[in-house]
Amino acid sequence: MSFSTFIQHCLTGISLGGAYALISIGYTLVYGILLLINFAHADIFMMAGYFMIFAMASFPWQVAIPIVILATVVLGVVIERVAYKPLRNAPRMSVMISAIGVSYLLQNLATYLFSALPQGYPTIPPLKKVIQLGSVTTSLVTLITPVLTILLVILLMLLVRHSKFGMAMRAVSKDFETSQLMGIKINRVVSYTFAIGSALAAIGSILYFTDRMSVTPFSGTMPGLKCFVAAVLGGIGSIPGAMIGGFIIGITETFLVAFGYSTYSDAVTFLFLIIILIVRPTGLLGEELTEKV
Amino acid sequence: MPDTPVLELEHVTVQFGGVVAVDSLDLTIQPGEIVALIGPNGAGKTTAFNAITGVYKPTNGCIRFKGDILEEDFPQGKMRKLYRGRDAGQYQKRVVRTPDEICRLGIARTFQNIRLFKQLTVFENVLIAYHCHIQANIFASTFRLNHREERRMRDGAMALLDLVGLADSAQEKADNLPYGKQRHLEIARALATQPELLLLDEPAAGMNPQETDELTSFIYDMKERFKLTIFMIEHHMNLVMDISDRIYVVDFGKRIADGRPEEIQSNPAVISAYLGVQA
Amino acid sequence: MPVNKHRKLSPVLSLAVILLLLIFLIVLEQHQASNRMVVAVLQKGAILAVAAVAMNLPNGFTGIFSLGMAGFMSIGAYITAILTIPTDTIESVYYISGVAGWVMSIKRALDGLPQPLLVLVALLIGGLVASLFAFLIGIPVLRFKSDYLAIATLGFSEIIRALVASPQLDRVTNGSYGLKNIPGFATASGSGALLIPFAIAAVCIFIMVLVINSSYGRAFKAIREDDIAAEAMGINLLKHKELSFVISSFFTAISGGMLAMYMRSIDSKTFQVSLTYDILLIVVIGGMGSVTGSIISAFLITASKEWWLRFFDQTLYIGNWQVPLLRTGFRMVVFSVLLMVVVLFYRRGLMGDREFSWEDILGLPRRWRRRRAVTAAARADAAEAKDGGKHDA
Ligand SMILES: Nc1ncnc2c1ncn2[C@@H]1O[C@H](COP(=O)(O)OP(=O)(O)OP(=O)(O)O)[C@@H](O)[C@H]1O
Ligand SMILES: [Mg+2]
Repeated sequence: MSFSTFIQHCLTGISLGGAYALISIGYTLVYGILLLINFAHADIFMMAGYFMIFAMASFPWQVAIPIVILATVVLGVVIERVAYKPLRNAPRMSVMISAIGVSYLLQNLATYLFSALPQGYPTIPPLKKVIQLGSVTTSLVTLITPVLTILLVILLMLLVRHSKFGMAMRAVSKDFETSQLMGIKINRVVSYTFAIGSALAAIGSILYFTDRMSVTPFSGTMPGLKCFVAAVLGGIGSIPGAMIGGFIIGITETFLVAFGYSTYSDAVTFLFLIIILIVRPTGLLGEELTEKV
Repeated sequence: MPDTPVLELEHVTVQFGGVVAVDSLDLTIQPGEIVALIGPNGAGKTTAFNAITGVYKPTNGCIRFKGDILEEDFPQGKMRKLYRGRDAGQYQKRVVRTPDEICRLGIARTFQNIRLFKQLTVFENVLIAYHCHIQANIFASTFRLNHREERRMRDGAMALLDLVGLADSAQEKADNLPYGKQRHLEIARALATQPELLLLDEPAAGMNPQETDELTSFIYDMKERFKLTIFMIEHHMNLVMDISDRIYVVDFGKRIADGRPEEIQSNPAVISAYLGVQA
Repeated sequence: MPVNKHRKLSPVLSLAVILLLLIFLIVLEQHQASNRMVVAVLQKGAILAVAAVAMNLPNGFTGIFSLGMAGFMSIGAYITAILTIPTDTIESVYYISGVAGWVMSIKRALDGLPQPLLVLVALLIGGLVASLFAFLIGIPVLRFKSDYLAIATLGFSEIIRALVASPQLDRVTNGSYGLKNIPGFATASGSGALLIPFAIAAVCIFIMVLVINSSYGRAFKAIREDDIAAEAMGINLLKHKELSFVISSFFTAISGGMLAMYMRSIDSKTFQVSLTYDILLIVVIGGMGSVTGSIISAFLITASKEWWLRFFDQTLYIGNWQVPLLRTGFRMVVFSVLLMVVVLFYRRGLMGDREFSWEDILGLPRRWRRRRAVTAAARADAAEAKDGGKHDA
């Protein structure tokens, strides 16, 4: 492969990785706090795709994007309130099933409302602008995605490190019960966490679908699984870890597809999961937690 | 020549991040002894038990069971820099065992915050503990080719329940037992694994004086009947002074005294560190 | 003692019910032409009952969350299909790219077997292959965090689906065209259409019940209740979780093989993740940790989905008025809402972790009577206490 195609694939990979990174953060935050694999996150991401289709039908993109983010945040927070909060003290298994239930419901609802056929994703003109970098041609979205991802991650880390809310969030993820006893408003922290995760998923969905061009009710499933793996790879609970994991998976996938192994590209993601669990179960940046007995 | 000790801890340190929960603890327990481990809250007693039973691995030091190395470790990786305990560099080997292996070797335990199989019956709770020595594989067990073994397990469980006075509640859910009985059931379950060394983590916690007295004689009976060695953590001083042959006192993870009950009662270090805290 | 009387009675009652069921199935089989829907629902119910009990084994009895049902079923289904499609018509099934040589030689080697034996061998091979996969996935995943098993198995089943449809496997799985001409349960005369699936299902479920009631099954339950205590009681967590997961995958694959025989033609889309969720729905509604719950729920859900509530998916007019909401896809929305309602408000499902027992049913009137007596006594006590209070004052 020539140098310029190589660069081309790198850019595509980094861009896909950026979208994955934004989605993984939602998984990592929720798992960090509630020890819950939020299966519905993938479908929240899918719903954000449909929201965009509808928003763009009546508004210009400058208005549509905030609407989509807002709608996705509302969806995420409502799901947490309705499906997870009542199960705070229930066995872990019940909460996981509830998460699956929401995922199942969103998929079936999307099939019912929008049919199982792929719906065209609208183009956001500035994102599609073609850019010439030496011999490499690419669209603006490819360049914006990684930059935006890194900016958002830095912003989020500042928030977690230095704000009062961030401190509460870290406390809750270290010890749920004690922080409750210390007067931290757990429900508010959890809601904000879901809001942040969903907002990032909405942005990720815009970046992801702009490149894919269509949405189906099952569009979320596979990216969702990969993003969870990315979160595990980076170290579950770690925000920069999720970002690194997202980039690794995005770039690997792009190159596998480029070399003609697209059938196996999904399988390789799960190979990553298996390998990381064998070699370094805490992930690249995760820290070991010992359960108190 | 004295017998080989049942349990030996040599410079055992357990550290969580920067917190040294157990600090270079040495202790020895001889066969047939009842030894108590006492110390103020947070002294690291439960952590020491968890290290012995393999729930946590020691950060540094060596644990021997009947003369053989049970576990041994030294600070590695990130811990090398973080390590704050003593005796670093004295150990080079790494031996780790899982809790189930350790149980099958003959060390059984109870938990400070009772951990029964709550939704299962009292009988099942004890019966499950017999599973650790099962001979039959899953195929034989599924098709009941081991009915003789199964019968033996069931009879053993029933006999044990009879012994601890829980035969009447055999078919009740463990969760529905009164608190004191749950403590007894936990001991019965531990006995069902046929241990040589029994670790009891605050068996009398939450009991009134009368229940504590009953428990004292119960523990003593079990020890005699099953030829056990007992190592227990306990805050009830009456119980401790009554049945212990020897007592170890720890504070901030370190051993501050050891000896016979009379010696401990009059030890100034203990009085200031432990009884002083209580007063 | 009445309870003892019930205990003696219950095997008799069970035997009677089984006999009645047998007669019912035989009669129904004779009249299948006029009862197509009932026959289909019963066949599918039996198949899903096996899948549901198999899913319950890790999820409800061992406390580990496996979501690989669709993947393991597709392994079973494809192996059963490939091995049982008649050798003389196989070329017409793979008319696009032909059959791989090694597949043909395996088929030829098995050709001598009589049909029922061939089906049995095919189902068993499917089960064994699925178990092998489960074993390999389990080693890394179950050792560390069994939470991740959910993701690993879900991912695995999506990968299997992608592989099955991939052009590289065209000559084995027929790629995206799928397989057809799979022989059904019934012989040419139509006999066995119900008895065969019910017999296979009964044997599978019976074996799983034996596992659950064995010493190993008790160890599974101990792990579900408290894994730290189970480990401290000498139960090797990895080994037992592996056992539970592998056995479950074996029977899941068998149910997949049966599904292929029921559907007569399969392709990779049959085994989407939603198939796993369909089975999860059955398990949760039946009660996590209850075999009888799963069985009852399998038939109830199948009947409602395929038969009683079918009209949800069709536009319906009453006079000139179109009933709102009803159109394609509505049925599945209703079922997913049902799943959520059960999880949130009736967490125990139909049976909780209890099993159906005649003693409970026969004991009911007595217990009601006793409860009424107890409440009456309590009321009397309360009244007395009030009186006592008055005296004191
Ligand atoms: N898993 C863990 N992670 C971090 N710190 C821990 C962990 N387990 C115990 N500790 C800390 O180790 C110290 C010793 O705790 P431990 O439970 O052993 O005390 P203890 O002597 O049993 O006290 P008590 O009498 O209250 O039971 C405490 O400061 C505790 O917070
Ligand atoms: Mg303690």
